[in-house]
Amino acid sequence: MTTLGLPAAPRRAPRPRRPGRLILLGLLALLLLAAAAAAAPWLAPWDPEEMDVIGVMGPPSAAHPFGSDVMGRDVLSRVLFALRASLLVSTSAVLLSLLVAIPLGLVAGYFGRWVDGAISRALDMILVLPAMLLAITFIAILGPGSTVAALAIAVIYLPILARVMRTGALVVTRNDYVLGARARGASHLRVLLTHVLPNALGPVIVQASILAAFALQLEAGLSFLGLGVQPPTPSLGSMLADGRDVLTQAPWVEIFPGLAIVAAVLAFTVLGEGLRQAFDPEGVAE
Amino acid sequence: MADLLRVEGLRKTFTLGGPPWARRRVVALDGVSLALGLGRTLGLVGESGSGKSTLGRCILGLTTPDEGSVTFDGTEVASLRGRALLDFRRRVQPVFQDPWGSLDPRWTVGRSVREALDCFRIGTSADRDRRVLDLFRRVGLDPDLAGRRPTRLSGGQRQRVAIAAALASGPELIVADEPVSALDMSVQAQILNLFMDLRRDLGVASVFVTHDLGVVKHVSDEVAVMFRGRLVETGEVEEVMDRPRHDYTRALLAANPALHVLPAPRSP
Amino acid sequence: MTALLSVSDVAIRFAGPARPAVDGVSLDLRAGEMFGLVGESGSGKSTLANAVLGLLPASATVTGSIRLEGRELLGLPEEELRAIRGDAAAMIFQDASASLDPTWPVGDQIAETIRAHRPVSRREAERRALELMAEVGIPDPARRFRDAPHRFSGGMRQRIVIAAALANDPRLLIADEPTTALDVTIQAQVLQLIDRLRREHGTTVLLITHDLGVVAQACDRVGVMRGGRLLEVVATADLFAKPSHPYTRALLAANPATAPRGSRLPVIPPEWSVEALDG
Repeated sequence: MTTLGLPAAPRRAPRPRRPGRLILLGLLALLLLAAAAAAAPWLAPWDPEEMDVIGVMGPPSAAHPFGSDVMGRDVLSRVLFALRASLLVSTSAVLLSLLVAIPLGLVAGYFGRWVDGAISRALDMILVLPAMLLAITFIAILGPGSTVAALAIAVIYLPILARVMRTGALVVTRNDYVLGARARGASHLRVLLTHVLPNALGPVIVQASILAAFALQLEAGLSFLGLGVQPPTPSLGSMLADGRDVLTQAPWVEIFPGLAIVAAVLAFTVLGEGLRQAFDPEGVAE
Repeated sequence: MADLLRVEGLRKTFTLGGPPWARRRVVALDGVSLALGLGRTLGLVGESGSGKSTLGRCILGLTTPDEGSVTFDGTEVASLRGRALLDFRRRVQPVFQDPWGSLDPRWTVGRSVREALDCFRIGTSADRDRRVLDLFRRVGLDPDLAGRRPTRLSGGQRQRVAIAAALASGPELIVADEPVSALDMSVQAQILNLFMDLRRDLGVASVFVTHDLGVVKHVSDEVAVMFRGRLVETGEVEEVMDRPRHDYTRALLAANPALHVLPAPRSP
Repeated sequence: MTALLSVSDVAIRFAGPARPAVDGVSLDLRAGEMFGLVGESGSGKSTLANAVLGLLPASATVTGSIRLEGRELLGLPEEELRAIRGDAAAMIFQDASASLDPTWPVGDQIAETIRAHRPVSRREAERRALELMAEVGIPDPARRFRDAPHRFSGGMRQRIVIAAALANDPRLLIADEPTTALDVTIQAQVLQLIDRLRREHGTTVLLITHDLGVVAQACDRVGVMRGGRLLEVVATADLFAKPSHPYTRALLAANPATAPRGSRLPVIPPEWSVEALDG
């Protein structure tokens, strides 16, 4: 069928949505996870690295609510400490990436022409490499560790976030108020900071919160391969790797770190969805 | 008397984007020359793509022409730097067509009007606050509206805010790009009246870009007709309307039946 | 003589606003005439036009009666309305490019409209589409048949939309601001085209516009709407010579093309202005 004769639906006032609730829910969940991670030394009933040869692969009990792993270490304590490492890596990776991506994308989208060309081509070069390969290359050069893992993830995210920022800046720059601000004597820097950035930031923040959820998985993946957080410090990824071998005998070793990842990813995603709705112009209620 | 604005031999070519094999060069301005005296209003007419908006931007110094020059009050605009450029911007201000797009949706309209005062560092902070309220009254708006965002205003109110923002720095020339095209007839009449008041009271010269000969006839002293990047006809309004020389001007006149078909309504 | 389209006491409400978008409008269109429905934004003219072919969103409640050739359209099931749309009655909109699928050749889109309503072969439909393209003044239609919409100028695209609308020889054509997006000189050509086609095919045209100039150029009769109400219906000549309603008079007087040059334009009294409706 053709679309002939189909009218644009008359513009109606959008139904008021409550993005605030989602944002609140996401933030609350994240805060809870972060608080638990931060308070790990006090919350954890055991030392996460302390082995108990007798209690190897013990099922959940009063003493070990999440059971214990192959080396008899307390899974609950390890999950709390692992959460710490994982959240730290994923959020610092995304923040680091934003720090570079925002100015690059802003400048590329606003100035266009050769500035855009140069920045975009440079970012494309990162984008053509598979993410995991890039991270492994990074770690191969600098050696494994949580700082390097965060750095690698930040580099992987750089072109994605910069591109979202660039598109936003490009669209906002077309508005007459940007041209008008120039005519009202505003410098490029002032226009960028007061008009373009605030109006174009929304999608980037949304994207960043979604990427933070992925970063958690990416970090888990790297640690799973033994390239991220280094043992004996627990990370959710390395815990998954350990638990896989004993999945049938002691599923709790796998399940609890898995649930922690799910919870953190969900929290970031809910936050991201709330932010997306809040920044969506159709949803902006006065 | 020296002209306030002189445009000489302006040329501007754009390359439309896309992959290299699909790029097209478009001549937006092809040797455009015109002059405007102090406090005069020039109606710049032409269809979409005729180059009239590009000409407006060149006059505002927001687009650099490939060839030719724009001279404002005896100084070439392209040569201006630093303080001199800022001073030129203070004296030449734009008003755009779409009052939706010309106001930052995240700013209160008061802040938009204040922007020029802040950037040009006019007066103290208290002076600026007072001046913003004066400007609101000047364009016929309730100063209480200054704290609102543009979405809370009607189209006509938004266009008044845009005009107030342009007036803030006390300009001598306003380049208005289709300032009434997006408005309903009843609102358009109010905005046209406002423009005429400003010219009378403040002596502001203006370049009034429009596609509507009816509007030109009403507000301008002179008219310039653009067609495919060239000025095909310039002159005093009566002269051009009564004896159009160029085919395109005739077509424009014929296409606006209101100018000759509609009899003037009897006064109510 | 019976009316081709008979609208009686139609009121349209949307879920949100308290004020009805259309408020008790009655209107008869004579067969073969071009009727102009004018009004400013928010007057309800487009809402009324969309109601005729059942194109309003589900949140709208329509009461009253709308009859096309004596047949009640209000309350018809969607399938029956779809059978009428593009056949007995067609509609064209302001934005021609939004009415055309950007990826389809224009000729196929016209042919498709025919095949949606007539049991004809593809060859036959394409032959007819080609004729229509020639009829609406597309130069060299055989060569342009397979071109995508973006290869045409705005005016040419609107001609193609008109060709598709007329493909099944509708008795009623509703044109909602068909020339508003076009340049002034192209506007005149498209209006002349619509006028010629309705004379040749005997189509009744309901032309929705905010532009009194367009009305003056093309319409036999005019209805003036404001705030959902139909204020008056008069012959076009009378509208300009002796407007009876104060709002119409004010609207005409506010037109800078007719006002004395440089004069203060009479402002529409606040109680009649568009902005009074927002408050």
